[in-house]
Amino acid sequence: MNAKRTSQITALTGILLAIAVGLHFGGLHEWRQGTLIAATIIAGTPIAIKAFQALRMKAFSIELLVTIAVIGALFIGEYVESAAVTFLFLFGAFLEARTLEKTRSSLRSLIDMAPLEATVMRNGEAVIVSVDDVEKGDRVIIRSGEKVAIDGSIVSGKASLNEAAITGESVPASKSIDDRVFSGTIVDNGFIEVIADKVGDDTTFARIIELVEDAQEAKSKTQKFLDRFANVYTPAIVILSVLVYIFTRNIEMTLTFLVVACPGALVISAPVSIVAGIGNGARNGVLVKGGDIMETLAKIDTVVFDKTGTLTRGRPEVTDIHTFFGDKNDLLRIVAEAEMISEHHLGQTIVKEARKRGIPLLNEPEEAEVIEGNGIRAQIEGKLLTIGNRKLMAANGIIVEDATESYAVKREKLGNTAIFAAIDGVVAGIFSIADQIRPEAKSALNELRASGVKQIIMLTGDNRHTAELVGKQLGLDAIYAELLPEDKVAMIQKLKEAGHKVAMAGDGINDAPAIATADIGLAMGEGGTDISMETADVVLMADRLDQFSHAYSLAKATIRNMKQNTFFAVGTVVLLLAGVLLGKVFLASGMLIHELSVLLVILNAVRLIRYTKKQVDIKQPVPILLPE
Amino acid sequence: MKKAVFGLEPLSCPTCIKKIENTVGKMDGVEAVKVLFNSNKVRAQFNEDVVQAEQIHEVITKLGYPVVSQKVS
Repeated sequence: MNAKRTSQITALTGILLAIAVGLHFGGLHEWRQGTLIAATIIAGTPIAIKAFQALRMKAFSIELLVTIAVIGALFIGEYVESAAVTFLFLFGAFLEARTLEKTRSSLRSLIDMAPLEATVMRNGEAVIVSVDDVEKGDRVIIRSGEKVAIDGSIVSGKASLNEAAITGESVPASKSIDDRVFSGTIVDNGFIEVIADKVGDDTTFARIIELVEDAQEAKSKTQKFLDRFANVYTPAIVILSVLVYIFTRNIEMTLTFLVVACPGALVISAPVSIVAGIGNGARNGVLVKGGDIMETLAKIDTVVFDKTGTLTRGRPEVTDIHTFFGDKNDLLRIVAEAEMISEHHLGQTIVKEARKRGIPLLNEPEEAEVIEGNGIRAQIEGKLLTIGNRKLMAANGIIVEDATESYAVKREKLGNTAIFAAIDGVVAGIFSIADQIRPEAKSALNELRASGVKQIIMLTGDNRHTAELVGKQLGLDAIYAELLPEDKVAMIQKLKEAGHKVAMAGDGINDAPAIATADIGLAMGEGGTDISMETADVVLMADRLDQFSHAYSLAKATIRNMKQNTFFAVGTVVLLLAGVLLGKVFLASGMLIHELSVLLVILNAVRLIRYTKKQVDIKQPVPILLPE
Repeated sequence: MKKAVFGLEPLSCPTCIKKIENTVGKMDGVEAVKVLFNSNKVRAQFNEDVVQAEQIHEVITKLGYPVVSQKVS
């Protein structure tokens, strides 16, 4: 039996009931009874079939309870009751399915963004194929207004892309050659050709959908408790109804008790809130990986941030080159040539700066050596270059004069990382490299505080002066600088031991141990870095901190919603059962209230889909000192 | 080992999950089955030498849940 047939049967039963009411006022008693019996049988048959199917699988279902109750009602000649109950049950199920669809609609709207076909070059011709037939390595053409159907890199053309499906960010991103594009995004304007490297279920988009689907199934503690409760509750109700019959000898009351006690609203109360909450997050670019994570996230009181790439943009730039002797561009050239071997982002920033200034980098460094965490040493044109921090200078016996040192400190206090460049053992210049604080950082942190975060802490491997500057600008409660990854883990453990619920936000790779240690690990997704998406509890798809503050207040709202629902569902069942035992609630009215309570619980959860965080007043942060 | 995803009509009662998972899970050759209640989907992993996706399809339909889409990979 399909959904369409069910709604037809429901409508037919409704009409028959209306006719029965008319016949009642017309005084045609016999006809009325006949109509009611017909309505009962028409509506009751599909219910009985469902009950039988479940019974065959040894499953105990609500349909079975209703079937027993209806047969009982027919047996004692209560035709009005039997017709009303079957109709209400079908109609309730219909409304329930419709409203449940609403709570699932945010995920549905995501899935609807999935592309269906793509234009692919085959044998030198552009052909339109189904997404399932696109293969790795295919050259895919995407024009204005079309959806990207694969993940890949642009090989020609440029375009502005709406990446809302992946990042929740609706401002288009402009992309050109070598930039990555993702399945599910839409070319707003432009024309690009892309070589596909991920297709079908491997695309970031497909994996987000799968993660969200799994997240919506991952049960929260409350949900697990309710499930266990329902397992005990259902048999208990059957035993209780037998007791009710033994004591009252009233079949009608017993049947009513049985039907009314069905835990419909109860089992659905927690899941609908979680599903709506996770769906809302997914649409706003925040992946929350399940109900239990929602619950923990709502309890967070301490947030720890990494600096680079999290509070700052992670795109450092050379802000100044200061030389003590020689030409600036000359120094930049040989330092950049040496840094060619470096994988470190600061070293790469210097190389980038040289390229930007159009300086050709021709020499290969000789006897190059990377000193982990401190810098590099290499020979260029027969000169020995030592490039790095103070520790590296000291370790190599290079004297940093007072004037040099005070210049470096001055630059650091302005928010730069100072890199010393020494030629043949004498400091020749200082490179200042700085990163920008994310523009939304300050307001996002204020929102976090307004939603209930008690302290915000920054941990960084960078120098103390820069860290202090960032800390002051953002009004952080505490900063810890010059840390190694294991120091960060130790800090988080200390905070947890002090009784705090800690969330750690980082950029996913070097912060992985700290992220794993925290109660809630947050990763910046950067449009889907594999590791961060798999390991973190919460992923910010657009790398925006205001998504975090949204997720936090959303988690609180979701848990609040879930509690309201559970409370309401339990309350309704208790009141109804009391009403039945006191003889105030009868089969049809009990059924009606029961169905209404299920609907109300779902409608309450639907509110969450439209949840947007309130505009909060920018309050002056109140510093709270760390426990020593 | 193959993976099949069946799309169903909107599921509304949580008891459906147990019904489908138990029955399909007991089929020969089905290694794992999961009902995604909120996405109206059944994900099953099966050994294609022992059982075919069509047979799983049939069992789910017989339980009273019409399958609207089927994807095997």
